[in-house]
Amino acid sequence: MIPPQIPPLIRPQRKNPILRTRQPLLPPWARSRAALGLTAAAALGRFELQSCGDCGAVQYPPREACHRCLSDQLRWREQSGLGDLISTTAVHHSHDLFFRERVPWRLGLVRLDAGPTVVAHLHGGCAPAPSRVRIGARLDKSGQGVLLAFPIDEVPNMADDRQLREMTCDPKFRKVLVTDGKTAVGQSVVRALIAAGADLVWVGYAEPWKKPPHFAELEALPQVTLLPLDLTDSRSVKQLGGEIGGKVDILINTAEVHRTYGIAARSGVEAARAEMDVNYFGLLRLAQEFGPAMRARGADGESSATAWVNLLSIYALSNYPAHGTYSASKAAALSLSQCLRAEMRPGGVRVINVFPGPIDDEWNQLLPPPKLTPAALAKAVVNALKDGVEDVYPGDVAQEWLARWEESPKTLERELSL
Amino acid sequence: MAANSLISLAADLASGRIRVVDLTQTLSPEFPQIVLPPEFGQCWPFRIEEISRYDERGSAWYWNNLSCGEHTGTHFDAPIHWVSGRELPDNATDTVPVQHLIGPACVIDCSAEASADPDFLLTADHVRRWEAVHGRIAPRSWVLMRTDWSKRSDPIAYQNYDETGQHTPGPDVDAVRFLIDERNVVGFGSEAIGTDAGQGYHLKPPYPCHYFMHGSGRYGLQCLTNLDLLPPTGAVIFCAPLKIRNGSGSPIRALALVPG
Repeated sequence: MIPPQIPPLIRPQRKNPILRTRQPLLPPWARSRAALGLTAAAALGRFELQSCGDCGAVQYPPREACHRCLSDQLRWREQSGLGDLISTTAVHHSHDLFFRERVPWRLGLVRLDAGPTVVAHLHGGCAPAPSRVRIGARLDKSGQGVLLAFPIDEVPNMADDRQLREMTCDPKFRKVLVTDGKTAVGQSVVRALIAAGADLVWVGYAEPWKKPPHFAELEALPQVTLLPLDLTDSRSVKQLGGEIGGKVDILINTAEVHRTYGIAARSGVEAARAEMDVNYFGLLRLAQEFGPAMRARGADGESSATAWVNLLSIYALSNYPAHGTYSASKAAALSLSQCLRAEMRPGGVRVINVFPGPIDDEWNQLLPPPKLTPAALAKAVVNALKDGVEDVYPGDVAQEWLARWEESPKTLERELSL
Repeated sequence: MAANSLISLAADLASGRIRVVDLTQTLSPEFPQIVLPPEFGQCWPFRIEEISRYDERGSAWYWNNLSCGEHTGTHFDAPIHWVSGRELPDNATDTVPVQHLIGPACVIDCSAEASADPDFLLTADHVRRWEAVHGRIAPRSWVLMRTDWSKRSDPIAYQNYDETGQHTPGPDVDAVRFLIDERNVVGFGSEAIGTDAGQGYHLKPPYPCHYFMHGSGRYGLQCLTNLDLLPPTGAVIFCAPLKIRNGSGSPIRALALVPG
C-alpha cells in the first residue's frame, strides 16, 4: 500500500499588508494536575504515561489512581508509543475558535501495545487504518502536551505536515534573529539554521571594533544580515526591535558573558555585573523590545512567530562554585525565562531553554572533556526547534547533571562543591 | 586690574571677539570605550536608561539614569590613575588644584603624520621644530596633540584594532620626558582613546605618557575633538573633572576660548 504523500512546504508568499494580521488563538489548554505530567514529559521530548507501581497497568488519560487496582502509586514512565491505528476521522467543523480556523483536522484512534487506547492527532504520513503507528507526545500551541500518531518509518517531507507544524517551530522558511554572531556558538547556530532552511538570519554583533575569528565570514552567506545589537544598551535593543521586531519568527539569544570566578577568587562586583548585564538584563531588554511583537504574530500565516530560544547553562540548575557568579547569572536568566514563557504563551510562541554543559571554548579551557562543541550545541538548538520541546540538555555532562538534579538537588549541590 | 580683565573677557565673549570651542565628544552608547584583555577588569561604556518620559512612570517629566566609567568619553586623567602617581599629594579628582584646570594650550599639528601612519609617535625633535615656528612652550601649558583622529566617526576606524592590538598615534618616550623635564607642562591631551599610542604597551616603559605624566603630578586629556579649530598657541582650555572623591578621572565637558 502506498502511504499518503506529504506535500513539501513551499515558501510562503509575502504577506498582504492590507489584511489584518490573524490573531493568535490557543487550542483547549485546561488540564488537571495529574494530566500535566504528560506536558512535563513532552517539554523534554519524551512520551510518558502513568504506570501503576502495584499492578503494572499503564493508563491514559492520566488520573489520580490506577484505573485497575485503585492504587495511588503511579509513576510516569517513558513509552515506546508503538500501537495500532484502529480508525481515523477528519474534523470539518468545530466551534472551538482555534480548530475552526484549521479544519479539516485529522484524528485517529490508536490502541497502544502498552494497553490503553488513545485519541491522537494524526500525522498525514500515517497509512490508512488499520496500520502500525508510533505515538509521540508534543506540545501544542497552548504549551500543553498532546498525542500525535506518526508513521513508523520516515516519510518524505515528514516535518512539513500541516498539523505537525502547528506543534513544532521548524526554522524552514522562517526569519531568525541570532543575537550574537561573534562567538563560535553564535556562528555555528547561524550555519545550522541556514542548513535547516531558514529564509533569513539576522545576526547581531556588539563592539564592532573587536574582530573575533571567522566573524567576517558570516557576511558572505547570502541569508545573513549583520546588524549592530548590544544587549547592555537599552537603546540599541530598542532600535533593533523597532526595525525588525515585527518580522522575527524565531529569536535565538546566544549572547552571554562568561567569567570563571567564584566569590573569593575575584574582588569586587564588576565581573559579576558584566555577566548579569548580558545574561540577565540583556534577556530582559530583549524580551521587552521583541516579546510583544512576536507574541502578536503567533498565528501570522505559515511562517508565523514561533519560538524564542535562550542559551542558558546546566549551571543554572545548581551552582558550580568555580564558575559561581556565571552560574548565578544563568539561574537568574532561567527564572526570567519562566516569566517570559508565561507571557509568550498567549501568542503560542514557545520559549525554549537550552542547558549545555561546558562548551569547548576559551572560558572552559581548564575543564576536562567531555566538552560540547559549538557545532553540537547548534545542532541541539535546531533539533529542539524541529521537535518543539521546551527544555534541552545537550551533551553527556548536561544529561548526567540533569539526572542527578532530578534525583536529588541537594546531593548534586554537595558534589559540585567538592 | 584682574577684575578689569574678567569684565573685558565677559565682554569679548558676549561680542564674539572670543569664541568658545567645544572640545568634547558626545556621550553616547555607541562611542567606544577603552578595551583591555578580557581577563582584566573593564571600563564601562556610556549607558543610559530611561526613568520616565511623560508616561506612566512619571507623567510630566523626562529623565534618565546613566552609567559610565571614570575614563569614558572625553575625559580627564588624574595622577592617581597610574601606579607611578599613586603616592603623590592632591592626586585625585577631588583634590587636584582647580587652578590647574584652566590654562593655555599649545596645539601641535600631527594630522598629516597620523594620516600617513596610525602608529605615529610624536618625538621631542618634532616638538622642538614646532617651537621653532610657534615659540617656546610656556611653563604650565597644556600640550594637545592634534591628529584629526576624532574625525574617525566610525568606531571601528576610531579604535583601529588588528590582531596585534590597537593602532593609534601618541607621544614617544623622549617627547614625554622633554615636555615634563624641560617645559614643565601641566598636562598632555590627545584625540585618540588614550594619551599613549595604541601600541604604547611596547614602549619603554610601557605607556610612557601615563607613567611619566602622572608620576610627576601632571594630567591627561583623552578623546578630545575639534583641535583643528584651535590656533597653535593662544587658546585657553577648561577641563574640570567631576569632583569624585578619590576618583582617578572623570568625563568632562572640555572647552577652549579662542580669539574670534
